[in-house]
Amino acid sequence: MHHPRDDEAGGTPGRRARGELESNVLAALWSADGPLTARQVLERLPGGLAYTTVLTILSRLYDKGMLVRHREGRGYAYEPARDEASHTAQRMKSLLEGGSDREAVLARFVSGLSEADEQLLHQLLSGHDGPHSAGHVDDGK
Amino acid sequence: MLISVYVPLAVTAVLTVLAPRVARRLAPRPAAWALACIALVTTVGWAGSLALLAFTGIAQIPQVAAEGRWSVPALQAEDPVYLTVAVISALFLVAGAVGLFLAAVRQARHLLWARRECARMPGDSELAVVDDDTPQAFALPGAPGRIVVSSGMLRCLGDEEREALLAHERAHLRGRHHVFQTLWRLAAALNPLLRPLADAGGFALERWADEEAAARVGSRRVVARAVGRAALASSFRASSPPALAVTGGAVPQRVRALLAPPPPRRTFPIAGGALLLTLCCAGLVNAASDSDKMLDDAQRAQCAASITHTRTPRPEGFGHEPDVCCEHRMRAERAEHLA
Repeated sequence: MHHPRDDEAGGTPGRRARGELESNVLAALWSADGPLTARQVLERLPGGLAYTTVLTILSRLYDKGMLVRHREGRGYAYEPARDEASHTAQRMKSLLEGGSDREAVLARFVSGLSEADEQLLHQLLSGHDGPHSAGHVDDGK
Repeated sequence: MLISVYVPLAVTAVLTVLAPRVARRLAPRPAAWALACIALVTTVGWAGSLALLAFTGIAQIPQVAAEGRWSVPALQAEDPVYLTVAVISALFLVAGAVGLFLAAVRQARHLLWARRECARMPGDSELAVVDDDTPQAFALPGAPGRIVVSSGMLRCLGDEEREALLAHERAHLRGRHHVFQTLWRLAAALNPLLRPLADAGGFALERWADEEAAARVGSRRVVARAVGRAALASSFRASSPPALAVTGGAVPQRVRALLAPPPPRRTFPIAGGALLLTLCCAGLVNAASDSDKMLDDAQRAQCAASITHTRTPRPEGFGHEPDVCCEHRMRAERAEHLA
C-alpha cells in the first residue's frame, strides 16, 4: 500500500511514523536483558534507521519518563523504567482475570492452543520439509 | 408477499452456510468487508421479514384493526400467512430484539472500559509495556487505541518478529477492527444463525492484520514465525485455558496461510454474495410493498362497508362522509378517475 521504509529513513518522519518508531524502540529496550546504547538499539531495529533518529527517539522517551539512563563511555545506556510498567501489570492482570467477557474487545495477538495445535505448529515452524506439511508450505522466496 | 417475504430468510440461511467457508479462501481484507456487508444486510432482511410476518398476524387482532381502520375479514381473505407462522415470527423477533439489546449494552460497556483503560495506561505513547513474564499482547481500542504487550512476550521474540507483532496490533487499531467485531457480535445476537459468520469474521480480521504486518516487515515468513512463537510461548506458561482452546485452531491456520503463497484476488464469490444480498433486499422491499397494498385494500373494504352502512339510513347525506379516512380515500379515488 505505502512504503514505510521511505518515510522512516528520512530525517523528519511524520507524526504517526514517529509514534511507531517510539514503540519499536521501546519494545527493543524491553526485550533486551540489560541497558542498551543508542548504537545497540539501532542494531536491534530492522529497517535501516539513521543513528540520529534513534538518538532523538531515545531522548524523547527519556523525557517522557519511560526510560532511565546512565553514562556509558561518551554517551548513555538506556533501560525501560519498570515501576510504572509493573503497576500497569497488576492492573491489567486483575482486569483480565476479573471478567473474561472483556476479552471480547481485546484484539489478542494469539489465541490459545490445543495440544494438537501445538504439534502442528512445531511442524509448520521447524519442519518446513516435514512429511505432513510438505504439501502446504511454500518457501515464498 | 407469499414468497418474497421468505426470500431474506432463505438468503440468510444460504449465506450463513456458504459465506464462512468461502471467506477463508479469499484475501482477508475483502473477506472481512464482505462478511460485514452480509451481516448488516441479512440482519436487516431477517428482522424485516420477521416483522412483516408478525405484523400480518397482529393486524388481525380486532382492536388493532379498529385502530388502523381496516377490515379483518378482508385481511384474512387476502392474508397468505398462517397465524402460527406469524406467532412464531413474532416470538423470534422479540427474542432477537432482547438479545440485541443485551449484547449492545454489554458491548458498549466493554468498549467504554477499553477506552478508559487506554487513557489510564502510563505514558502517551502507542505502546504500553506491561512488566509481566506471562507472554501476552493485544490491542485495546480507544481514542487513540493502545497496544499492550507484556515484557515476557517481547523477550520471546526476535528483532524482526517484534516488529511484526507491533505491526499486527497496529493494523487492528488502524483498521478499526473493533467496529467490525461489534457489528458481527450484534448481528449474531439478533440472529443466532449468524454465529458462524461472526467467527469467520474474527478469523478474517486476524488474517487481515497478519497480511498487513507482512507487508510492513516485508516478509510473510517472519510474521508466521512471530505468530507461531508467540502462541507456543503463551501456551507453555498459561497451560492453555480450556475456554480459549475452542478457538485455538486459528493459530495453525494463520501460520499455514502465511507460509503459503498470498491468497489471490477473486471476484466471483464477491459478485455472487452481492447478488444474493440484492435478492435479499428486493425480497424485503417487495414483501413490504405487498403488505402495504394488502392493508390498503383492507382499509378500502372497511371504508366501503361503512359507507353502505351509513348511506341507507341517511340518503341525503351526500358528500358528508362518516369517516375522515374514507373521505380522504374517496377524494383520492376521484382524483384517480379524473387523471
